[in-house]
Amino acid sequence: MISRGERLANYVILSVFAVFALYPVVVILAAALGPADSGGTAGLANFAAAWEIGRFGSYLRTSLAVSAFTVVVSVVLSVMSGYAFGTMRFRGQSALFYLFMLGIMMPSEAVAVPLYFDLRSLGLIDTFWSISLPQVAMSVAFGTFWMRAYFRASNRAIVEAARIDGASSWRILWQVLLPPARPAVVTLTVLVFMWTWNEFLIPLIMVTSESLRTAPLGLAFFQGQYTSGFTLLAAGSVIVALPVVVFYLFLQRHFVRGLLQGAVRD
Amino acid sequence: MARIMAGPPGEPRRVAYLYLLPAFVVYAAFLLYPIGRAVQISLYDWDGLSLGTWAGLDNYLAIVADEGLRASFVHALVLMVFYAGVPLVIGLGLAAILNHAKVRGLGFFRTVVFLPQVIAMVVVAVAWRRVYAPDGSLNGLLGALGLDSLTRGWLGDYTFALPAVGVVGTWFETGLVTVLLLAGMSRIPLELYEAARLDGAGPLREFFAVTLPSVRGEIAVALTLTVIAALRTFDLVYVTTRGGPGESTSVPSYEVYHRAFGLGQVGSAAAIGVTLTVIIFVISFAINRFADRRIS
Repeated sequence: MISRGERLANYVILSVFAVFALYPVVVILAAALGPADSGGTAGLANFAAAWEIGRFGSYLRTSLAVSAFTVVVSVVLSVMSGYAFGTMRFRGQSALFYLFMLGIMMPSEAVAVPLYFDLRSLGLIDTFWSISLPQVAMSVAFGTFWMRAYFRASNRAIVEAARIDGASSWRILWQVLLPPARPAVVTLTVLVFMWTWNEFLIPLIMVTSESLRTAPLGLAFFQGQYTSGFTLLAAGSVIVALPVVVFYLFLQRHFVRGLLQGAVRD
Repeated sequence: MARIMAGPPGEPRRVAYLYLLPAFVVYAAFLLYPIGRAVQISLYDWDGLSLGTWAGLDNYLAIVADEGLRASFVHALVLMVFYAGVPLVIGLGLAAILNHAKVRGLGFFRTVVFLPQVIAMVVVAVAWRRVYAPDGSLNGLLGALGLDSLTRGWLGDYTFALPAVGVVGTWFETGLVTVLLLAGMSRIPLELYEAARLDGAGPLREFFAVTLPSVRGEIAVALTLTVIAALRTFDLVYVTTRGGPGESTSVPSYEVYHRAFGLGQVGSAAAIGVTLTVIIFVISFAINRFADRRIS
């Protein structure tokens, strides 16, 4: 049905595009693994050098702590609020739901400025909480929307049966509804992890001490200060990007599904 | 069953408020309250330290009147072409090819084009800075093609810095748009294509008569995501150009940061942030209304 010429043309177009998509990634990988422009190191030794000189160990530790906290807290809170919106009926339900929906679209740059000055007067600036809690709030808005959609579509008959057996709403959530919800929870988890790990503006504004810098923030500062060559910068970039990329390669389905279903938080 | 279909689902339950409470407290404290504060601060002249003075709507009027501020919104419009327009055209083409032809290696291609979406924007910016550098590979490529006269430091050039930033947006968003459209096209029933072919439609008419109308919903989602991403460009500009050279790549989000923490014009920064929020709400509402009406 399709001529050979057309098929060939299709492959050429797709290949050209694949090369365009991969090119900057290859630039970084090649520089990170190649000989250092200052001489001395090459290959994997570049990563060790970047780890030492760029202090990426400390940045990764902060990112790991912030991401773990944000993911766990926002997923648990979202499961609970999504459960309420998805399976229960109460006064002010739709008004409250729309209020949560506003948060999905609210740009962090609009709230970060007042947050900085209010947290500063509370003495909370430059703390773990000032980086994590705003991100929990943003993720909870999306998470509520996400889990509500799941619970609305869940099997009501099982819930009714469990209620007749005398199970409390708490037990129904964690023991009846949540086990089959694993795919939805995994998708939410990887999305929140990616957003938190890659977030730049919130840590940039909230953090002044070096020990609290997250990985992307550390990389941005490293780029500003370290100007003698590109090798260590490239190695640092790989270190910063790698955790999310590894997750992506293993859980691609979840990333694609989540990002395609209207996840507006960048 | 009918009762569930008619109203909101579930039993009437007061306990719902308890389940909502923790999420709501964090959400209200760290998003709702700050946006309210942003509105309040935007009505003052405030340097962030001393007492502010009432400014009324002056900070908002400045967005229209101040040339530099107006330019930053115009730059955002230019970025929308690169973030939303170009990816939509390329994405429609790529998705049509992938859907039409039984291409081998589809899974691999999808993995590759979607990859930019998961890479931290700071890393993306570092990579593209390298590509655009005076001794970078873009100039190397132009030199190899004998186009030495075109080589330049792309991000330091008054004319080309903004398009250069825009191309990064194209690179970033095209995969998302393609995968989104492909998902929509794969749901189009084959009978529709067969009917079009029986009517004597060629590939081009088939595309405009069958494919395009069927993916209107996906186009709306793609435009919402990419237009908002263009409006919110921050990390990329911060790392690559800091709004420069001059103010040729200043964008609203960067102005918010720069004014609040660089120039001590917190009121103005808050006004830009609030304006950005309103624009984002209006755009996502309008695009989705438009798509809904066209479908029904």
